[in-house]
Formats: sequence, structure tokens, C-alpha cells
Amino acid sequence: MLIESGSPVPADTKVGISLTINGEARALQVAPWTTLLDLLREQLDLTGTKKGCDHGQCGACTMLVNGTRVNACLTLAVMRDGAEITTVEGLARLANPGGGSNGLHPIQEAFIEHDAFQCGYCTSGQLCSSVGMMNEGHAHSRDEIREAMSGNLCRCGAYTNIVDAIEDVMQPGATQGAAR
Amino acid sequence: MNRFEYVRAGTVAEAVQALAADPNAKFIAGGTNLLDLMKYNVERPGRLVDITRLPLDRIEERDGALRIGALVTNANVAYDARVRAKAPLLANAILAGASAQLRNAASTGGNLLQRTRCYYFYDEATPCNKRVPGSGCPAIGGVNRIHAIFGTSEHCIATHPSDMCVALAALEATVQVSGPQGERSIAFADFHRLPGDTPEIDTDLTPGEIVVSVDVPTTDYGTHYTYLKLRDRLSYAFALVSVAAALELDGATIRSARLALGGVAHKPWRNREAEALLQGKPATRESFQAAADLIVGEAKPQSANGFKVELARRAIVRGLEQAAAGTPQSLTDKRIA
Repeated sequence: MLIESGSPVPADTKVGISLTINGEARALQVAPWTTLLDLLREQLDLTGTKKGCDHGQCGACTMLVNGTRVNACLTLAVMRDGAEITTVEGLARLANPGGGSNGLHPIQEAFIEHDAFQCGYCTSGQLCSSVGMMNEGHAHSRDEIREAMSGNLCRCGAYTNIVDAIEDVMQPGATQGAAR
Repeated sequence: MNRFEYVRAGTVAEAVQALAADPNAKFIAGGTNLLDLMKYNVERPGRLVDITRLPLDRIEERDGALRIGALVTNANVAYDARVRAKAPLLANAILAGASAQLRNAASTGGNLLQRTRCYYFYDEATPCNKRVPGSGCPAIGGVNRIHAIFGTSEHCIATHPSDMCVALAALEATVQVSGPQGERSIAFADFHRLPGDTPEIDTDLTPGEIVVSVDVPTTDYGTHYTYLKLRDRLSYAFALVSVAAALELDGATIRSARLALGGVAHKPWRNREAEALLQGKPATRESFQAAADLIVGEAKPQSANGFKVELARRAIVRGLEQAAAGTPQSLTDKRIA
């Protein structure tokens, strides 16, 4: 059913919402208690975004909502009706609009170049968080990058290389060689 | 997560009405605390009233105050040019808390209304007077390293987890609320309450009331201030002890002082006697130590958090020194200077 301001949607009723996901407009039916994370992973097969803690503590589910990074496990899909969502699957398109998704976003290339992951479970969240951080524009030094990325845990401990990769995209060449 | 009715509110009046219609209803804005609690079954609302589309997402300047709408995100408060210029203590306190992702979602009203992070409150398998009134408080005599040392009761020793609220207490903000009985203002010091024998009630809000905005006075505390937060790791952790300190100085003499502590009580902890003690005194370590001694003299530590008393004493002195020197604690270089 459609959402009408002020009218309760009964429990156990799916509601119609629209989202633009990685550039594609989608009309969707969701139960109100579905998180944005579960909607993408369970209903839409966009499993690039990972579920780590499911409580906003690890950052693995970080994605961009209207260009802003958020924890997708702590937001309901129904509350994001009308939003533009970018997940790790859409980062390449973000960097090359109209150019398809064959290439990689510069941050993805930098993560490979700097060996900024081991197991990879946190990586899609790290990538989306990095892009969100660069959109925000508040972090410039290494210390500021570390602080701004503190909501993304990496249990393999690839932090040093993650900061190198981000710095390289922000200031190309800044850590070339330092990572080798 | 339990099943619930979903209502999207288009106006404040509609939101208040939708909440009043169901005693088991909750407002949802950022959702960063409420959804977390729902996943643990600590909160089980029968109805969620989505207030994210209300026109409460602006910051306005008005006679000597910044009016921050209840839906302005924590990040948008902290990075607002007017807030940074006129209430930098508030910006610094916000940026000391949570993560960038959470600050991008969490709202101003929700920050005020977030619940304690007491382990027992979060664990449905244990008693907790805040979660189930009358069931007991296993934190007393239990695992209480993170718990309160001021204003506790025999029923609850939980702390309020916010950093933002510690700054708002020091700056003497006012909370504007709307409800079935109309609108009213609540002084920040009266907004959160001590646990007493009703620890299930966190705030002065009456059923059906909604936070509309927070007014932050633009005072002369924009130069000599600091937010010093001490915690188990340097980022993304709740305070064991935090200090919001702000001074007005006449040369080397203290004209007025504001001091609020986080992580040590059921609400941001202020001691007006200590603030009065500093007034007219030289801005020296001796003055700061006297104020710190007065404050921690009233501490009543639990079985495992005695360290907080000395930590608070030293943090108060260090915070006042940072404020006096005009060198607020760095948000990125976490060494304590």
C-alpha cells in the first residue's frame, strides 16, 4: 500500500517505496521493519555490502545515501523512500557516469595498489566510507583520515594501507613508495 | 525486531497525534539508537512514528542563541559555520562521539533521548530496573567499570552516554518541546533526571511530547573552552570521564566558569558550587585543583569504578588548564596536552 502522511500502515503490511539504487530507479514493496541493509542483500541480491555486527559498531554495511555515508543496518528502508543509494556495486559508475561499470573507482584501484585489505570482509564498507569521507571534505591529514575512518573496523588490521590508499586518491603520489 | 505499525508524520501536530493514539508508540528519526535497541528486544514499540519529514532540520540564529532543529543531524550541527564560530565547545563535543556514519544519521533530538549503554540494560536475560522496573540492578556489585560515581541510587547506577549533551549542559541550552498540552521550554539542567526510584524515566518529557529544537546561547565561552574525553580507545568509544570546560577571563582572573562532566552520572553532571568557587579566582592550577577536589569529594564509586574518581579529578584540572590556555583538546591528535 501507499504511504499517506498521518495514516498508520498496519503491521504485516508491505508498503510501496521508490529508491534509486546505483543509478537505477526501483519501485519496491517492503515490510516496514526491513533495514536498508536487509532490503539490498536479501531482496535485491546486492550482496557486495556486508553485514558485520548489525548494530552500527563495525561499519561493514556503510553505503552512501544521497551521497552521505551511513550504517545501512541502522536505518529502515521505508524511511529512505525517495533516496539515492550507492553501494560498492555502484562506485565505478559514480566515478565514470555513463561509462558503464567495467572499470573501477579510483579508491578501488588504490586499495588494490596499496594492498589495503586481507580477508576483504570490511572492504566494501571501507570503500564507501572513504568516498563519503572525501565528499564531506573535512579530513586532510593522515591523523584526520584515521579519525574520520574510525567507524570502519578492520580485524585483519590493514589500517595503515587503507590510509595510504585514501591519501593517494586525495593527493595522488602522496604515499607512493611508502606502501612498498 | 518486532513487527510494528508505521506512521509517517507530515506535521508536528500530526506526529504528536499519532504518538498519543498508541501508548506503545515511539518516534523515530535517525534510528541509530532505537533500531539498535529494537534488535536486542529492549525496545518493542507497537507503532513507529517516522518524523524524518518534519520541517525541523534547520539551524537559525535568533536573539543571542542558535536554535537547532531537532532533526538536524549531529554532523550538520558540528560542521555548521555558526556553531563552530559561536559554540565551538558543542562542535568539539559532538565530534568526540560516535563515528562519522552515526553522526551523519543521528539527530539532535535523538542524541538527547538516547538510552544508557549499561550492559545489563541491553541484556534482556538479566534484571534491570530501567528496563523492567522493580526487577533489580545487577550492575550494583556486578560489572560496573563504566558506571556512575555521582547521583546514583540503590535502584540504578547507569550513565547517560552523550557527549553532545555534556556541552549543552555547560552552555545552559534550553530544550523546546511540543505536546498534547501545547509547547514549553525546559532548561537543560532539568531535561535529564537522576534515577532515584524511577530509573525507567530518563527525562522530564511527559508522554506524547516531542523535542522540537534546542536553543544554544551564543555566550562569551567561544575562546576559553575544551572538551576533554577519556576512554578505553582513542576513537569511537564512550567516555569513561569527559569534561566540558569553559571560562570567561579578565586577564588572569576567572570572571565565570562552566564545567560539566560526562560518563559519570545519569545526566551531564554539573556542580554549581565548584563553578562559583572559581569565580574571581586566578586561573591557576591551584584554583582548578580546589574546584576538582570539591566536585570529586561527593563521588560515590561502585565496586569496580573507583579509578573514575581520580581520573575525573585530573581530567577536571587538565580541562580547565586547556580552557584557560585557549588550547582545546585536539580532535585528531589524542595525546592529552
